[in-house]
Amino acid sequence: MALKIVVCVKPIPDPAYYKDITIDPVTKTIQREAIPTIINPADKHAIEEALKIKEKFGGKIITLSMAPPNVIKNIHEALAMGADEAYLLTDKKFAGSDTWATSYILAKAIEKIGGIDLVITGTETGDGGTSQVPSQLGEWLKIPHLWNVIEFKIKNEKEVYLKTKIENGFMEWKCKLPMAIAVSREINTPRYTTIMGVMKAKKKPFQKLTFDDLNLDEKRIGLVNSPTQAGNLHLLDLSRKGKIIKGSKEELAQFIIDNLKAGGISVEADPIICSCEGETGNE
Amino acid sequence: MEFFKFSEEQEMLRQAVREFVDHEVAPNAAQWDEKDICPVELFPMMGELGINGIFVPEEYGGTGLGYIERAICLEEISRHSGGLGIAMMTHHLGMSAILSAGTEEQKRKYLPDACSGKKIVGLSVTEPGGGSDFIGLKSKGELKDGQWIVNGRKCFITNSSIADIDIWAIRTGTDTKGRPSLSTVILEKGMPGHLPGRKENKLGLRGSVTGDINCVDVKVPPGQLLGKEGAGAKIAMQAISEVGRAGMAAICVGILRGCLEESIKFSKERILYGKPISKLQAIQFIIAENKVDYEAARLLTYQAASLKDAGLPCADEFAIAKLYATENAVNAAKRTIDLMGGYGVINEYPVGRYLRDALASIPSGGTSHIQKLIIAAGELK
Repeated sequence: MALKIVVCVKPIPDPAYYKDITIDPVTKTIQREAIPTIINPADKHAIEEALKIKEKFGGKIITLSMAPPNVIKNIHEALAMGADEAYLLTDKKFAGSDTWATSYILAKAIEKIGGIDLVITGTETGDGGTSQVPSQLGEWLKIPHLWNVIEFKIKNEKEVYLKTKIENGFMEWKCKLPMAIAVSREINTPRYTTIMGVMKAKKKPFQKLTFDDLNLDEKRIGLVNSPTQAGNLHLLDLSRKGKIIKGSKEELAQFIIDNLKAGGISVEADPIICSCEGETGNE
Repeated sequence: MEFFKFSEEQEMLRQAVREFVDHEVAPNAAQWDEKDICPVELFPMMGELGINGIFVPEEYGGTGLGYIERAICLEEISRHSGGLGIAMMTHHLGMSAILSAGTEEQKRKYLPDACSGKKIVGLSVTEPGGGSDFIGLKSKGELKDGQWIVNGRKCFITNSSIADIDIWAIRTGTDTKGRPSLSTVILEKGMPGHLPGRKENKLGLRGSVTGDINCVDVKVPPGQLLGKEGAGAKIAMQAISEVGRAGMAAICVGILRGCLEESIKFSKERILYGKPISKLQAIQFIIAENKVDYEAARLLTYQAASLKDAGLPCADEFAIAKLYATENAVNAAKRTIDLMGGYGVINEYPVGRYLRDALASIPSGGTSHIQKLIIAAGELK
């Protein structure tokens, strides 16, 4: 039984450069030009799960990313981890797509690839963090989909058993392939990339797909056609309110205690016990 | 003349090794140093990653790359643990001797297990009488009843007790001019009479095992001779000058990067008189000097490695790189300690370890004085 698995891999801004990220005040989109990207950490667990399935049952792992063309390094990294081939969906028309439009484009690419048994994603991305795309993908593709999967077992060619994590425990599921799953970080530990993997990465099949390659409805993609439009941005004022209090030690201590009490903090000191026994002082 | 630039694959390789080092080496390096433990359990993991057999052809279980890639691996490991760096460096050293001088049978017997990390390799040359007085070594092999009988004592041997495959340089006779004739033999752990001895308590590069190995009437089948009889001096010298010194230079490039990064981090975080000390010119001078030393050592080391990969003479270049990188790793570590004030000598910070590791790197593969003799000899010939 050889499975054809698509793993969605999102390049996201490297957290080490978060201080350099700005948000476009008009479009409310993240300005990520010149910010180095990394593979979304949750997606590494998705790649690892695909590798484990392939090791056991054979098949092919295809990574799918939608991003600007400069993320080739991340695509190669996913291939170095062990994926077999990669697709990058890149077109200016895709820019600013919300999760609904993004999942639509990804689903159309998955349809174009064809014959997919399993779609694996991470549970959320480190930048947007909506967790919406995995389920939306399942809906667009009209296949079963589960989120926060902590265990995935293939029983036979069509039947799989899964566990999903919920707040106070887990749920068990029986599903049929093809399906889409979003794997939790606790499902596995992503393997280290091997040097051999690195050397093979650039030799593996890689294809860029643009708007013209996919059977897309232009009215469903991009910033303008996304049903989610960001409103105003409001930043929290985290500046400290400086105040200089002057007075005697006793007055200052009283001021602090009064303010702590006013803030709902109980201030009750232990009784002070003073013992002078054995003290001789300096002579 | 082209720009000095790593290829995309080399950058990815560095990233892959760094990810491993960040997770498996950096959090444990201080403990290995304090307890002087060599993490042998990491060898199979590094084998799987492809670090062990980085320059060994794929047909022998290696990664099939070269000495630039090897230097990247050692730099990344030694950024956090010079001790593990020299253990891996020595593993490479022994493997390089088998690769360059071994028979096809020897390569197939030993290299795959060394690449996978199932077995660890060492190269035993130095003796109590000295390391650089190469021709004066006393360990000997005598051919009796079709077997080599090896006797002798080696000291200051890295990987001494952990090596499963131990290559010995021994005296096997005299040449036509009456000079000692040296040969190399492959010994295996567990051969009767092959006995690792005392372990040294080193100042630095702790986390690697350094010690004695004794051979008492070790019976060695003739098939264990590495290279031709009498070729031992060339085999051992080539390994030391083009692989050993290359490795020590790369280790110290890693230590230098550690000094640079720690000096930047500390100076940005340490607030004095209301502002980070990185705003002070005296501190900026230290950071600039650390940067210059790191860049210069890096250029010398990778330039020499590129010569090695191109099959060009590189022994002098590695001597220059080793001299510069080791001496300036000491300088940079001392400067960084100065920058950190009292914190610099607190072992909670790694910079004291960098200084000890840098100092211990100087005699490994020939002292700075020996490197100067080699460099001068190259210029004066």
